[in-house]
Amino acid sequence: MLQIIDRRFDSKNKSAANRGRFLKRFRGQIRKAVADAIAQRSIKDIDKNERIGIPAKDISEPQFSLGKGGRRVRVLPGNDRFGRGDQMDRPPDSAAGQGRGGSPEGEGVDDFAFTLTRDEFLDIFFDDLALPELVKTQMARIEEYRRVRAGFTQTGVPTNLSIVRSLRGAAGRRIAVGTPLAARLRELEAQLDDLLASRGESDPAVVELRGEIARLRARIARIPFIDSFDLRYRNRIVVPQPSTQAVMFCLMDVSGSMDEEKKLIAKRFFMLLYIFLTRTYEHIEVVFIRHHILAFEVDEDDFFHSRETGGTVVSTALDLMQRIIRERYSTALWNIYGAEASDGDNWDNDSPHCRELLADTILPLVQYFAYIEIAPEPQNLWLEYQKLLGGHGNFAMQRIAELTDIYPIFRELFTKKLA
Amino acid sequence: MTAAHIEPLPYSSDWTEDGLRRYEAEIGRVAAAHGLDCYRHQIEIITAEQMLDAYASIGMPVFYHHWSFGKHFLATERNYKRGQMGLAYEIVINSDPCIAYLMEENTLTMQALVIAHAAYGHNSFFKGNYLFKAWTSADAIIDYLVFARNYIADCEERHGQDEVEHLLDACHALMNVGVDRYKRPPKLSLDKEKARQREREAYLQAHVNDLWRTLPRQERTSVEGERERFVKEPEENLLYFIEKNAPLLEPWQREIVRIVRKIAQYFHPQRQTQVMNEGWATFWHYTILNTLYDEGLLADGFMFEFLQSHSSVIYQPPYSAGWFSGINPYTLGFSMWRDIRRICEAPTDEDRNWFSDIAGSDWHETLDFAMRNFKDESFVAQYLSPKLMRDLRLFSIEDDDREARLRVAAIHDEGGYRELRQQLSEQYNLGNREPDLQVWDVDFRGDRTLTVRYTPRDRQPLADSVDSVLEHLASLWGFTVRLEEISPDGSVELLRERQHEKRHR
Repeated sequence: MLQIIDRRFDSKNKSAANRGRFLKRFRGQIRKAVADAIAQRSIKDIDKNERIGIPAKDISEPQFSLGKGGRRVRVLPGNDRFGRGDQMDRPPDSAAGQGRGGSPEGEGVDDFAFTLTRDEFLDIFFDDLALPELVKTQMARIEEYRRVRAGFTQTGVPTNLSIVRSLRGAAGRRIAVGTPLAARLRELEAQLDDLLASRGESDPAVVELRGEIARLRARIARIPFIDSFDLRYRNRIVVPQPSTQAVMFCLMDVSGSMDEEKKLIAKRFFMLLYIFLTRTYEHIEVVFIRHHILAFEVDEDDFFHSRETGGTVVSTALDLMQRIIRERYSTALWNIYGAEASDGDNWDNDSPHCRELLADTILPLVQYFAYIEIAPEPQNLWLEYQKLLGGHGNFAMQRIAELTDIYPIFRELFTKKLA
Repeated sequence: MTAAHIEPLPYSSDWTEDGLRRYEAEIGRVAAAHGLDCYRHQIEIITAEQMLDAYASIGMPVFYHHWSFGKHFLATERNYKRGQMGLAYEIVINSDPCIAYLMEENTLTMQALVIAHAAYGHNSFFKGNYLFKAWTSADAIIDYLVFARNYIADCEERHGQDEVEHLLDACHALMNVGVDRYKRPPKLSLDKEKARQREREAYLQAHVNDLWRTLPRQERTSVEGERERFVKEPEENLLYFIEKNAPLLEPWQREIVRIVRKIAQYFHPQRQTQVMNEGWATFWHYTILNTLYDEGLLADGFMFEFLQSHSSVIYQPPYSAGWFSGINPYTLGFSMWRDIRRICEAPTDEDRNWFSDIAGSDWHETLDFAMRNFKDESFVAQYLSPKLMRDLRLFSIEDDDREARLRVAAIHDEGGYRELRQQLSEQYNLGNREPDLQVWDVDFRGDRTLTVRYTPRDRQPLADSVDSVLEHLASLWGFTVRLEEISPDGSVELLRERQHEKRHR
């Protein structure tokens, strides 16, 4: 007898172990590839699956094999023009004349490209930022669920039994089943009264009628007071928890002193905040504001890539943010987050103004405002902002020299939400 | 089933288990009528992902873990998702019972094709061909793989994953020079493998101690002449030599070397019979399904779908096509088996001249004999007919790096048939495709340097990968490794020397 074995449901994901080993072994290269990918991808795409490539030569599996050179003869099919002894020039490399020296991999590509899953990608992304484990796992989780009431079901556990509903259902059933019988009973009793009046107690018709009435009464008595299918249980279903919306303001100084490297650090900072928000809010909008002595709302590409020179007036950006909030993002409907990155080199007289703007108009509106200063020494903006630290729980600031410094600025934000 | 009332087999795009059984029964009936001798078989339904996975771990259902399989999985998955390749519709395991995988996404037609191709075609080849008979134990391979996986997992636990991974890397690098090409194995039961493993550990460890014998021997052997070499005969199987002689390997490391070597040896026959084997399976699915069609059991739609798939498998792009990647083994093999049948059934004068022994003979017997007693190299040398060379329009190009231009060495004409056949045969000789490397000597009195000699063929040099492979070899050997090249005039030249720094232990 033929053996047919259905293996579709066993050993799912058998390759996961080998995949994990591959990722582990080439962690260094993959990390570099992820860094490159981050530089190119937009903030909102941060946790989409990403194809990355690592140099193929790093992961080759060498074997003894023959190289080019010497004499070799190769048999080919499809002769359409050659006769014995014909001569021809060597085709340029990689064409038919290559012989059997090529790699058995069969692909001459420089990069070995593959797709990381969201979790793997984030894992590496977080690693760079030195996030604590708890935060990592919490961040990588997509949504939280909440159990909400959703009517009643016919099955469930005794604790969820709804007595009122069950009895109401039972009453309805009793009425529905019993009403026709009761009507018939009334009819028969009326007949009986008539017969009794006309013929007397011992008439056979009366006896028969009494028997039928007794059977009917018994039937009515047999309708159960409550039956198992009357039972109703309270039903709860899980729904994704956050169904709110947030807007994230990215403010960045694009004056001449902010070079590409600083912008990349800033980008990671914005990305991390974004991932945090995706975990908490269902719908997120991102507003990019860049500024030098003037502030503009721009798209992401311009935000990171176009360059300006000149001085810096930070308050213009804060002004613009405040205006945008007023026009488009009512605090009743939106959770507002702000993230500002700068090298802190503000126009001197402007810094106190910035502090006032933040303290008086912006901080009361936002859930959280984070400021990073990408500079080795504290600058004037830093000194001014420091004065805000005591009085405002939703303000955080951090000076950043390298990537691992980013996390502390979110520590409070994360611990609060995770608790 | 008699011809009187023919009930056609079901034809639909969705397969059912019942449908599979009916097809299998009919295919089995026809195969038996043609005299195919097969192992019992077992059909397993798997998903595309499982198919990819089986691909990555060289087609075996159980295998040890290693990053390289993860890499192959990722590469295959990418190609599959990009749509660059359809998944091969079959994987078949040379085991008893023979396991054929069917992918759930395939249509009923494709499943029937795979059953005929794998469960009967390949299966009978595995059972009949002399190389498989000599080298593989179909009844024990799955057990051995389970043993190997558990043993390696156990080693990882005891000695750390990195250590084992490093060892496997080194072994994999030597896999293609880790097989016996000419020696025949002694017949032994692999069932005893596990029981004997401990015994072997102790024995081997005692054996290599020869290298450590520090007491000076009597220096009586020929003082004048060459000192006696440690290796009496050059050894072509590098992994075998390492397993038996590397002084510093721990017993568990020897066992892992042995596992990799055994598995390489197990797959060696498949590499030697690709054209024959694929051709044989293709020939039989074609023959069997056509027989069923002639009996009226198959719907026309079934045949269209089958032929569409069949003809794309045996398509041979010409040398000038952009996607040309060598001779398609399915095409060559299928055409040759068909051609042999033609020579048996309807020989021409040319065939009688070239194949006087088989022209006009019983084709079942002739094919069976050829399947049992040849490998690609000898199969081509024996059976490639002039007609087929003309049909495939074969020609050969000679590429000599001392000449400025390429030269057409032979074409499909009267003067070229024999030469062409010889050249194609050599093209399938694994010995020509892979470098000839042999362990030559160990300096067991001195610093234990291992010397490996390379004998080039037609002046072909080793590829650049040689440096990294030598590094692996040195790490297995534990001491310096020298690679020498013997030139045609017999002089010896040092190619590479790989120092091995002392192991930190």
